Amino acid sequence: MVPLSYYLVLSAILFACGVMGFLLKRNIITIFMSIELMLNAVNLSFVAFASQWHALSGQIFVFFVMVVAAAEAAVGLAIIISVYRTRDTLNVDRVNLLKL
Amino acid sequence: MLHLILFLAFGAICIAGAVNLLLQTHPIQSALSLIVVMAALAAEYVLLGAEFVAAVQVIVYAGAIMVLFVFVIMLLNAGEEERSAGSHIAMLLGVPSLLLLGVLLTWAVTHHPSDSVNVGSLYGDPKTIGRLLFNQYLLPFEITSLLILIAIMGAVVLASKPETSASGKEN
Amino acid sequence: MSFWIYILAAVIKIALMLFILLTAVAYIVWLERKVVGRIQNRWGPTRVGPFGLLQPAADGIKFILKEDLTPPHVYKPIFIAAPIIAVVFALTSIALIPFGNAVRILGYNVPLQITDVNTGLLIVLGITSMGVYGIALAGWSSNNKYSMLGGLRASAQMISYELSLGLSLIGVLILAGTFSLRGIVTSQGGHSLGFIPNWNIFRGGQIVAFFIYLTSAYAETNRIPFDMPEAETELVAGYHTEYSAMKFAMFFMAEYANMVTVACLATLLFLGGWNGPLFGPPLLQVVLPVLWFFLKVFAFIFLYIWVRGTMPRLRYDQLMAFGWKFLLPLSLVNLIITAFVVAVRA
Repeated sequence: MVPLSYYLVLSAILFACGVMGFLLKRNIITIFMSIELMLNAVNLSFVAFASQWHALSGQIFVFFVMVVAAAEAAVGLAIIISVYRTRDTLNVDRVNLLKL
Repeated sequence: MLHLILFLAFGAICIAGAVNLLLQTHPIQSALSLIVVMAALAAEYVLLGAEFVAAVQVIVYAGAIMVLFVFVIMLLNAGEEERSAGSHIAMLLGVPSLLLLGVLLTWAVTHHPSDSVNVGSLYGDPKTIGRLLFNQYLLPFEITSLLILIAIMGAVVLASKPETSASGKEN
Repeated sequence: MSFWIYILAAVIKIALMLFILLTAVAYIVWLERKVVGRIQNRWGPTRVGPFGLLQPAADGIKFILKEDLTPPHVYKPIFIAAPIIAVVFALTSIALIPFGNAVRILGYNVPLQITDVNTGLLIVLGITSMGVYGIALAGWSSNNKYSMLGGLRASAQMISYELSLGLSLIGVLILAGTFSLRGIVTSQGGHSLGFIPNWNIFRGGQIVAFFIYLTSAYAETNRIPFDMPEAETELVAGYHTEYSAMKFAMFFMAEYANMVTVACLATLLFLGGWNGPLFGPPLLQVVLPVLWFFLKVFAFIFLYIWVRGTMPRLRYDQLMAFGWKFLLPLSLVNLIITAFVVAVRA
């Protein structure tokens, strides 16, 4: 049988990869995908704890996290499209002036 | 025993996909690695007994949200990422200390005796989750539907083409 | 059953299913060419073998021996991966489709299904929704404006019609009470009023849902009247313009394998699966359910080919308007009415 801590370690490793991607990458879409990776890692923690404490509320909360991630992805990608249209670059280092 | 083997196999696929997301330069390769991570996580959810959540993860996350990402990458024609000015000292000091910290934390967490998770001990079948969702968690459910509506309207407004001021001159 | 016997049975079933599916795909192509040819008052393939029955073999040899050229400016890793992704997801969903009751072979009770999952219907929907990637990535990686447009249109069409596809199936789920495909077929056994079978399309009242499912299935598999993304007269060849030989054959196989999957799902959910009159000696009684299943799937695929030969194709904006403004509200209304009737009857 698999101890709960193994699932938590896996979730922590995925979250750490997400944070590294968020801080190190320069393409705005890849940064966004690192945020999604962090949300997925958190989902794994929720489901693992739900299984340990025999409470289905953990799995219900995963639904709400997925819904919020979907809404955030939709709006965030729309913002990225607008930024690309005005500044013509996807590199976050270049989006550094308030007025073009 | 089989549970441990399956957990390690899918966990290795998750970590490989996450590391590949960091190492690839083109965003489309990162997107495909993220899809692999999500599919392997769905398999992990099934191992934890949450099969409805696993199916919803594949349908919603890997089948809809990542399609949105892939569409945007295709439409904006995002090329390969440029190398930013990173410092070598940071990489030489940072990566080994990160690995060391990770190993210490993993040792500390796994050597603490904790309960094991058995396969199938908690069964997240659609009926039970549906009952919970519509009885106890009805208010968050309705509020998230409102949230999605607002997100749809916001995305449509933000991504629509801006109206040109000089629209069509008459000859 | 012990663990290793189970694995052995699963491996044998997978090999058998893949063989049957790939042969079926090849002969559905032959059937389509013959039937569409007859609808258009011509013969169809007649030269290779009697009635042209060896034509799929000739086509297969042609695809293997043709030169597989990769144009120079494509994005190579994804250009090669896209047909593989399309074929893998098209062939995976056959693992959940049951073909008949359990059969006793050598003293073991072998169900005629590779795996029976409790949320089988949801997983099939999930796998078909992942099939969008093959097409979107193929269109983008070809570095060709016709492919790009075809790929974008095809993927937008597929994700739009997935909604009405899923919603039309919820009526069936309310009637059956389970997501498991075997359970849904079992709930359609028996007869009512003496001779009307208990299928979901008759007694379950899901005739409107059946037509919504049919139309959404035509859009999901990119068939006429919804095949704007791969129409020859509009977009050269859409998303598979730059593909040749084996990679093109893989897209072809993926499309027809998707057709077979969708036809099998329609049979299981609306037409009663393998339920049908049983008669004769015990050996015949084991074979008859599988025969009824295949007959119903054949009827559904014949309907597919018939519609292809008869109807014109919809323009792209008509297609999207039809999906979002007509089919989606109609499937929601169907869901509400079914739920209301079931609640009142209980």
